Amino acid sequence: MSGAEFWIVQALNGLQLSMLLFLLSVGLTVIFGLMHFVNLAHGALYMLGAYFGVAMVSATGQFWLALIVAPIGVMAVGMGLYQALIRHMRRQGPMNQVLVTFGLIFVLVDLVRILWGNVGLGISVPELLHGPVQLFGISYPAYRLFIILLGLAVMLALGLVLTRTAIGAMLRASVENAAMAATMGINVERLLLWVFALGCALAGLAGVIAAPVFSATPSMATDILIPTLIVVVVGGLGSLRGAVLGSLTVGFVQTFGAVLVPGLASLLIYALLAAILILRPQGLLPARQ
Amino acid sequence: MKTTVRTVTAALFAAALISQAAFAETKAGLLLPKSGNYAALGEEIDAGVVLALEEAGMADDIRLVREDSEAKPPVGLAKTRKLVLQDNVDVLIGIVSSAVLGAVRNFVDGAGVPLIVANAGNVDATGKDCSASIFRVSFSNAQLNRPMGTWMAGQGIGKVYTLAPDYAAGHQMIEAFISAFEAAGGEVIGSEFTPFGKTQDFGPWLSKVGASEADALYVFYAGGEANSFLSQYRAFGMGETVPLYGPGFITSPLQTAAQGEAAVGIRSALHYIPSLDTPENNSFIAAFTARFKRQPSEYAVQGYDAARVLIEAIRVGASGRAEIAAALPGVRYTGPRGPLQIDPATHNIIQNIYIYETVMSDEGITQKLLDTVENVRDAANGCDLR
Repeated sequence: MSGAEFWIVQALNGLQLSMLLFLLSVGLTVIFGLMHFVNLAHGALYMLGAYFGVAMVSATGQFWLALIVAPIGVMAVGMGLYQALIRHMRRQGPMNQVLVTFGLIFVLVDLVRILWGNVGLGISVPELLHGPVQLFGISYPAYRLFIILLGLAVMLALGLVLTRTAIGAMLRASVENAAMAATMGINVERLLLWVFALGCALAGLAGVIAAPVFSATPSMATDILIPTLIVVVVGGLGSLRGAVLGSLTVGFVQTFGAVLVPGLASLLIYALLAAILILRPQGLLPARQ
Repeated sequence: MKTTVRTVTAALFAAALISQAAFAETKAGLLLPKSGNYAALGEEIDAGVVLALEEAGMADDIRLVREDSEAKPPVGLAKTRKLVLQDNVDVLIGIVSSAVLGAVRNFVDGAGVPLIVANAGNVDATGKDCSASIFRVSFSNAQLNRPMGTWMAGQGIGKVYTLAPDYAAGHQMIEAFISAFEAAGGEVIGSEFTPFGKTQDFGPWLSKVGASEADALYVFYAGGEANSFLSQYRAFGMGETVPLYGPGFITSPLQTAAQGEAAVGIRSALHYIPSLDTPENNSFIAAFTARFKRQPSEYAVQGYDAARVLIEAIRVGASGRAEIAAALPGVRYTGPRGPLQIDPATHNIIQNIYIYETVMSDEGITQKLLDTVENVRDAANGCDLR
């Protein structure tokens, strides 16, 4: 492996991590921006996505089916939570929201532990995505390339919906000024529910695609929470572009931190968080200026 | 009539109290992680403890008080204080993380409560910081890695890269490996530590190893990290170019079912493998499988032996903290893992180390024994408890 190849591979590693973080943070940041709601249980939904994927693959052997069914399952769980709990917590202030959704993490993690146990479970990927592939003379895991492509596709689709469709315009209007949007005839409440559902589905998607790489464990619910919250803070609340920039920044800082200054690898994203909070507390690209 | 009933009831009640006192003589605090990266290990050790007590018919004589250490040093210390000061236990069993063992060492030493370590390999606890109260029946971090360093150099492996999590156990394991490997003529060309419990993506480190001149990769990963590390190592296609070695927690029998093909071909060292064909091991496996409906791993054996040494000490008449601590160094027997004894000088276990390869057989994944290093004993490092 030559010098240039080494850095390309590391850039791909950074991109792969960024895409996972993006899938998780985009739902969280839009829910934040639109509903002013702090959903710490987002990480638990990511974990559920992974376990639903494991269950699907072990029952049917179909990875592609799991890729579709697991996010839908997580979306159903998310909507159930919304109707039963979160809807009533909307106007209760951040402290109550944090406590309730933090409690939800423990409930969901223990349920998973009872159902699937503590030992990490893997998903075997289709033959097509197995092992490394040669790309312009560089060897790189096929599955990681798949994560990058899937993340880019989701990014592009969300971007198009947000900027080119009527629903996207309604959503942007609601984030900008919910009261005004409502007087203009937009059903903000129903929009919120669907945005929440989509956010949950994306968290579930992130979970099922992460399972073959990181294996599904109960601790993934809390492990991913801090990096995701950092992405949201760095990118700025409520905006798609913020989530994109935030996840790329965090993904690359983590990857290249590990390569260049291994001793400080775990510290760097916190330093980044502190720097952003001091220099630009609203985040790099917030929805509202 | 009324009085008779009352008297009889009172007598029965008193009798019940007495029998309670006669049988529940020993109170043991079981401190294991029930959450986080090492939760599965804690569960497995717990199962081993339960099996040993039931097998000896002493499940009623030794009462267990369970606490969750979360594998975090401050939590582990707080729970140890609670077990000793509030529950007044006679003996402590458990501890998975070397970092937790380091944190509770001074308190346990000062309180004089015997602690039977069922996993944590922290070398200092039976070396320079050894204590009359601390006994270990699992392994020490050096004990597993030293023989592996010598063995790998003997196999003609020249240049090695090492990776491990950045905490006490990772550093001690890799340090022991490097000193033995280099003493036998090998060369370590790179050595890095990944943030413990925070690393999900090993890609950056694996790419660095792939770009180096290494002939082999030597790693210590256990629990949840072992699975994700192994699957990512395979995804990068490094199996053919940079073969993987290490202490056998990476392919622990606890995890090979979930790992599948990814585990096959890895060569590593452990103090117990399920495929040992001895009468003691065969009957242990039969009993464990019947009780828990799954195959045991080295962690289950550690839990089993931690309870078994306590049982042996109680059988020779020890009761209470001081007597149990005095009786433990004399315990020796042949268990599932082979002959074992507690070194009177350091209170660390003396045992065989098995170098094995994880292979696929007709009945699924199993371990092929490559070499046995008998009665491995750690250097005292200035410790003398005799």
